[in-house]
Amino acid sequence: MVALPKNGVIMKIEIKNAKLSDGSSQDVLIENGLIVAALSGAADVSIDGSRYLVTPALIDPHAHLRVPGQEEKETLETGLMAAVAGGYGSVVSMPNTSPAVDEPELVQKLIRDAEALGLARLFPSAALTRGREGKLLSDAAALKAAGAVMLTDDGGTNEDAGVLRRGLEYAHALGLVVSVHAEDASLRGDGVINEGHTSEHLGLPGNPVAAEAARIARDLEICALTGSRLHVQHLSSARGLALVREAKTRGLPVTCEVAPHHLTLTDTLFASERFYCDPVLKVAPPLRSQSDCLALLEGLRDGTVDCIGTDHAPHTTAEKQRDMLEAPFGIANIEITFPLLYTRFVETGKLELSKLLELMTSGATNMLGWTAPTLEIGSVADIAIFDLNTTKTVDSKTFKTKARFDSPWQGEALRGWAVCTIVRGKIAFDSR
Amino acid sequence: MKHLLDFQGWSKGSLENVLETAKVMSDVLDRPVKKVPALQGFTICNVFFENSTRTRLSFELAARRMSADVLTFTSATSSTTKGESLQDTISTLEQMRVDCFIVRHGASGAAHSVNKFTKAKVVNAGDGRRAHPTQALLDAFTLQQRFGSLEGLEIAIVGDVRHSRVARSNAELLPKLGAKVRLCAPATLLPRELEADGVTLTTNLKEAVSGAHAVMALRLQLERMNTGYLPSLEEYRATYQVNSKTMKHARENALIMHPGPMNRDLEIEGDLADHNKSVILEQVRNGVPVRMAVLYHLLVGKS
Repeated sequence: MVALPKNGVIMKIEIKNAKLSDGSSQDVLIENGLIVAALSGAADVSIDGSRYLVTPALIDPHAHLRVPGQEEKETLETGLMAAVAGGYGSVVSMPNTSPAVDEPELVQKLIRDAEALGLARLFPSAALTRGREGKLLSDAAALKAAGAVMLTDDGGTNEDAGVLRRGLEYAHALGLVVSVHAEDASLRGDGVINEGHTSEHLGLPGNPVAAEAARIARDLEICALTGSRLHVQHLSSARGLALVREAKTRGLPVTCEVAPHHLTLTDTLFASERFYCDPVLKVAPPLRSQSDCLALLEGLRDGTVDCIGTDHAPHTTAEKQRDMLEAPFGIANIEITFPLLYTRFVETGKLELSKLLELMTSGATNMLGWTAPTLEIGSVADIAIFDLNTTKTVDSKTFKTKARFDSPWQGEALRGWAVCTIVRGKIAFDSR
Repeated sequence: MKHLLDFQGWSKGSLENVLETAKVMSDVLDRPVKKVPALQGFTICNVFFENSTRTRLSFELAARRMSADVLTFTSATSSTTKGESLQDTISTLEQMRVDCFIVRHGASGAAHSVNKFTKAKVVNAGDGRRAHPTQALLDAFTLQQRFGSLEGLEIAIVGDVRHSRVARSNAELLPKLGAKVRLCAPATLLPRELEADGVTLTTNLKEAVSGAHAVMALRLQLERMNTGYLPSLEEYRATYQVNSKTMKHARENALIMHPGPMNRDLEIEGDLADHNKSVILEQVRNGVPVRMAVLYHLLVGKS
């Protein structure tokens, strides 16, 4: 572990023989926050890149950092530290905080406070409606000017279709994407897990796939009606995915993301010995069936899914130890998302490494309408370095996030752990 | 066994053993001195996070009849609203050298959680809508007393199946003992996924009851009307009430059962509950020896 340089110190970093995702090797030189052709002097830090995978740092289009107001669950420091520990250089935060991020001052403060930490870059999304109540639009132009990169009432479900329509139109004119937590609240009811064989046998209130599919169908109609950019968050079901796929073939300006838990976990785990009615698996939308997992994986391969969003959702251990009805929804996963998906899908040949990296980097920038990150000369030096060979087991007790409740993947042996994350040309995380 | 959370891991033989022991206990309770020293020195703790005077009293009495010391912890609100977790509650009580926890909780899986938190034995006295195994055992015991064996019996269970742990536990237990279960409810209250070996579903009351050896009515929570599961009480009564007309389709000597507490003249015709074919009070009485048998098997049983 090298000492982390203080903020503001100009660093010259060289990554010798960096192994890239396409198998090729090159030296990556960093100075003044940029990737350069040659350093002006001796490197302060030299990294042997031949042992590692070197890539533009990951970008998470969907994480809950809980600030302001829920600092018992996560702080900017712990959340962004967890992000860089997972190889993320940028995070889009969700506005379902207390208060909701629906005012420009809140956006500015988040950005300012995050900058001071020198960890991952923070790009706040702001509430589409005031207080995320789904009724009155928030001041989108001012929020954008303050630095908000997306509008969403995530967690809330935009029950009023008319409001969502106006919000989409308004945001689109500003060049902002609107993202939706697509679940029909009345069909979801009091559901705490996927509705199906497991929920009925466990006597737990079920949340059917139809709640997600029906809401996606509605929102796609509004997308078609308005021609506005719509992003479907944390898509969980084969049926929901099929709707987005069909909409894309029609040319609608829709994108979607998938979360790691929906790709790797199923509702049947709730009936297993280890996770019997265990709220550590309680998440919204809920974990679905194996066939949904397979369909989502196919969606990654065929391009229907645009990006991986972690939906990192920290809570306190005490909250997640409540019973199935009372415990809050959410899984903390940002620091293991890459190793998890690398080990489960790339190592097993189910997904190309380059495709996974695309889903975790340029997928998000494309969705946001930004240029894709590269390792070319002149690019900003946001870089992640992964060790694809060393096996480490998941242990939530060692997480940087405050949310150290049992991980659903606790004890799973993974490869692809981040060893170094460089943000703005500075080392923000280093476990070498 | 370490616990009775549901019937997972309980073989037909071991369940029959419990019912056999219950018979012995039942005989004990018919004596003038209704107490045995079987659990002397053991401490049994009722931990009830849901109001249930009847089940709690039945367990308390079962423990006392076997000379165990009994503690009772009740909390109408869940412990978390007081800031204490279920684990904290159980760890605290365990320090008082409890040998067995009897747990009632509003959420599925709570008894499993308690079992993880403690080395003591655990009996599930009802967790959410999921399971209420001693109720199912006392139903099986009652049927066995009347019919000698459950082999080949056809049992209709009528009412709010969706929200009923009694229905789920009976659907798990009775087929293990050789009976066939027919679950009957309006479609909104009848999860299709509960269909299984020995368990069929129907929305037609006549079909459910036809040829049945016993008809069990389930309690209907009045709040189901406000949450849109049912159009009206009148319609429910007209379509699903277990009454003398219903019983004409059952076998001639068919038993009338109800886990209590009853809404008289709603899910069950008031007079039918008092009919000589009704074993509703017998079910209550059998609760004590059956729970004695369960505690006995868990605390001093060989395996």
